[in-house]
Amino acid sequence: METDTITAISTPMGEGAIAIVRLSGPEAVAISANLFQGKNLNEVDSHTMHYGKIIDPETKEMAEEVMVSVMRAPKTFTREDIVEINCHGGLVSVNRLLEIVLASGARLAEPGEFTKRAFMNGRIDLSQAEAVMDLIRAKTDRAMNVALKQMDGRLSRLIQDLRQKLLETLAHVEVNIDYPEYDDVEEMSHDMMEQKTKEVHEEVTRILDTARQGKILREGLGTAIIGRPNVGKSSLMNALVHENKAIVTEVPGTTRDVIEEYVNVRGVPLRLIDTAGIRETEDIVERIGVERSRQVLKEADLILFVLNYGEELTDEDEQLLEAISDMNVITIVNKMDLEQKLDIDRVKQLAGDHPVVTTALIREEGIDQLENAISDTFFEGDLDAGDMTYVSNVRHVQLLKQAKESLEDAQNGMAMGVPLDVVQIDVTRTWEILGEIVGDTVNESLIDQLFSQFCLGK
Amino acid sequence: MTYDAGHYDVIVIGAGHAGVEAGLAAARRGAKTLMLSLNLDLVAFMPCNPSIGGPAKGIVVREVDALGGAMGKVIDKTHIQMRLLNTRKGPAVRALRAQADKPLYIKEMKRVLESQDNLTMKQGMVEKVIVEDDQVKGVITETKAAFYAPTVVVTTGTFMRGRVLIGDLSYESGPNNQRSTVSLSEQLEEMGIEMVRFKTGTPMRVNSKTVDYSKTEIQPGEEEPRSFSYETTEFITDQIPCWLTYTNEHTHKVIDDNLGLSAMYSGAVKGTGPRYCPSIEDKIVRFNDKPRHQVFLEPEGRDTEEVYVQGLSTSLPEYVQNEMMRTVPGLENAEIMRAGYAIEYDSVVPTQLWPTLETKQISGLFTAGQLNGTSGYEEAAGQGLMAGINAAAKALDLETLVLDRSQGYIGVMIDDLVTKGTSEPYRLLTSRAEFRLMLRHDNADLRLTEIGYQLGLIPEERYERFQEKKRQIEVEKKRLNKLVLKADEVQAVIEEAGGSPLKDALHAVDLLKRPEMKYEHIDRVSPSEENLSDDVKEQVEIQIKYAGYIKKALEQIDRMKKMDSKKIPDNIDYDAINGLATEARDRLKNVRPLSVGQASRVSGVNPADVSILLVYIEQGNVARVSGE
Repeated sequence: METDTITAISTPMGEGAIAIVRLSGPEAVAISANLFQGKNLNEVDSHTMHYGKIIDPETKEMAEEVMVSVMRAPKTFTREDIVEINCHGGLVSVNRLLEIVLASGARLAEPGEFTKRAFMNGRIDLSQAEAVMDLIRAKTDRAMNVALKQMDGRLSRLIQDLRQKLLETLAHVEVNIDYPEYDDVEEMSHDMMEQKTKEVHEEVTRILDTARQGKILREGLGTAIIGRPNVGKSSLMNALVHENKAIVTEVPGTTRDVIEEYVNVRGVPLRLIDTAGIRETEDIVERIGVERSRQVLKEADLILFVLNYGEELTDEDEQLLEAISDMNVITIVNKMDLEQKLDIDRVKQLAGDHPVVTTALIREEGIDQLENAISDTFFEGDLDAGDMTYVSNVRHVQLLKQAKESLEDAQNGMAMGVPLDVVQIDVTRTWEILGEIVGDTVNESLIDQLFSQFCLGK
Repeated sequence: MTYDAGHYDVIVIGAGHAGVEAGLAAARRGAKTLMLSLNLDLVAFMPCNPSIGGPAKGIVVREVDALGGAMGKVIDKTHIQMRLLNTRKGPAVRALRAQADKPLYIKEMKRVLESQDNLTMKQGMVEKVIVEDDQVKGVITETKAAFYAPTVVVTTGTFMRGRVLIGDLSYESGPNNQRSTVSLSEQLEEMGIEMVRFKTGTPMRVNSKTVDYSKTEIQPGEEEPRSFSYETTEFITDQIPCWLTYTNEHTHKVIDDNLGLSAMYSGAVKGTGPRYCPSIEDKIVRFNDKPRHQVFLEPEGRDTEEVYVQGLSTSLPEYVQNEMMRTVPGLENAEIMRAGYAIEYDSVVPTQLWPTLETKQISGLFTAGQLNGTSGYEEAAGQGLMAGINAAAKALDLETLVLDRSQGYIGVMIDDLVTKGTSEPYRLLTSRAEFRLMLRHDNADLRLTEIGYQLGLIPEERYERFQEKKRQIEVEKKRLNKLVLKADEVQAVIEEAGGSPLKDALHAVDLLKRPEMKYEHIDRVSPSEENLSDDVKEQVEIQIKYAGYIKKALEQIDRMKKMDSKKIPDNIDYDAINGLATEARDRLKNVRPLSVGQASRVSGVNPADVSILLVYIEQGNVARVSGE
């Protein structure tokens, strides 16, 4: 029997009306009971389901309205205590729920780990061992692929830089220890170490707050719909909202305006830059000029640029397209039901690698293609692995949080006057955790760094 | 053609730092042991630097001592100076280092060997190992003596196909112009044991009378009496200093101008050298912006004028070495007595060993020391000790001993070697130990004495002293846990230590956890009823001060041990496990780890592979149960 409690989202990515976060392990019931407002889950009968609310222990606010199933060992899939929390479908809510459960003491399950536990605890019979191993392999490979794809190149570089900074610091401490007579380098002091950990801590905090993937998870993909007046921006917005009824955040008492900000397109959470914003962007080109509008659009993760098939391309359109060419843009040629005046070849030429989709929103034509294009842009056309996409992201967020805690342990140690070679334990741990994010945990690096950074003899 | 020269339980080939510990340990366990050495005048010879200990290494010496080994006791009697390093850092990284009197060390070690029961020493060159059906049977020397034993420990250091290089001069030789061995290396290869070529080097020795010490800085020993061994009671007080000087731009120019003549840079050297102990040529090439490098002048003993020039390891031609001397302050007129040289040698790829240091190919054949790709006297001693313990175990059907990574640097080193292998001569560094805080210099006895005693390596009297020390530590910790100190009782010592005044009464343990407080402060306010030794006081202080970190480390160790306790059946067929990644499969087939924990440390094996392995093994367990 394993001793820790694992959790994961066990339903495919948020297209369904509900999603399930599952916990398995000795603490499954206790962790859920702590978060749950309703019956005391510690006392309910096994194999029963209960309505209630999940309260985020950090903010003390209600996070989700849920149904919770409690199943006690041994008559469960894993032969351990299992709790399944059913919440509203959709990426944002289920991820938020998962994050709360993780922050409350459960560990994110490895790919295939529920099945592995079921097997290890004798729940699945011997003949299925092969299948279990295949499943672990397949899920791991897929998770790794998706994780790699999802990993923003910039974020990855940032983390590599932080690791390098930590590694140099670690090597500095090590050289003082292993080569005490080496006189070429100043003895690492508490002040120097404090400065380094502070820098890294600030950076990790910043990444946690603003990293694109983390932001997308929590807030959705910032999406701006732009175009000249009367090209069909409102129709597009309505089409997206109506087509995708799985609206994510259902906070009672909030207005429809707020709710409408989030739509879930093929599992991609879009945060449509506020409805008022759409009106403001009506005359964006004329009003503030191409350069300025580019600044505004910089905030967006995705731009839906709408053109009218029945109108000729203007210079402003051309300039704008060019100006946003290095961003995520989908060009939508709407009103295909009208007589052609737009030079569509020219549009495609200007769009370059970016997709161009043709629609007639008034006749509900082309919406599928548009949604495909959105999904492709976000997932680079490889999204069969459903749940894996955001699991790997939650994993990154989780690891960054651990890294931050570990740095704080180091800082507390220094404040307590603990010697640096002991503080080093927490700094090394931070370095390892960051390594898990970028998939690099080879321990030799420190020794390599030691010998490349310093010329060592005695 | 051979003659039967006798039957033994364990035969040790070589009497270097690995060999002597192997022979002594095997004999102490009760095995009838033969030690064969090329030259009995050079047992435990130090062919390189005249020092023992240092960070990590010094802790190994203490571990060897806690398991009954000789290195600590012998250096305690034969050093010319001793220092505790890293005293201003935390307890985990403190370590002793002694400058050795080389000839005296040999003499004392020989005395220890000769007075050891069950141990026979003979001079002789082993030509081959007798192997039948992949089982070792004994050895044959070049004088055709056949010695028989079920276990053989090979500790031939750098002698296997050893080749010395100085400039363009190159000749077959072990260190210090001793004969190298070729046939043994060839035979190991024939038996399917993979060997690699490594390289190391040593600097010149100069005549002390020709050194102008007034141009150098003195490096004295410590007044405080120190010892490696827990059995040492007499301390050497008249210590001899070392001296420090530096290279400069002129030295660097000489080296730079002649770089092509260095055996290392002319392409003559094929072996991989250690990065942690670079030659002076390497230092100039790789760090050419450094204006100077340290040069330590270390006497090789009390009764010799030879001085070891630490920092100038080189394979440049002798005349260039002379030119170099002319440029270094204090060495301008120095006369080289022995030139520096590089040495290349065959070493065994250590992933071919079980953690007991027995080879996987040949039952009963053990290898230890520099032959296994390490470097350093202490690394060799640690392995020799373990190989001796386990060879005796195999021969006499006793309990084997494998230390894990939480028990000692010896455990870290051997696990690294047999699990990961090494791409350069392996040296222990404190950063190789993930549980560094647990592997301290001060607690080596607490970690290992019990084990040493169980194996019959520790005398009764010492064990009793150890038990008493342990008891005192526990009693004192308990006392401080309960002891409540009133504010006015301790205000004075707190003030003296520079801490902020106390408002309320406080448990002694909590007071001791304050960074500025030491055990002696509490000792003064509320002393123990017992007369506690400094060792005990130190333990109490460390264990209380670092309790939080120790607890965290213990949790990690628990997790590691859990994985290490999941054994992999020895007949496992990795090809039959479908889900394993190809790289992981290849590595696992090669290393053949004994536990899932060890498997997880093999490079190229990722967590998914470990999961798959667990499932596969579980399947096997179920199969066995249902098959019964």
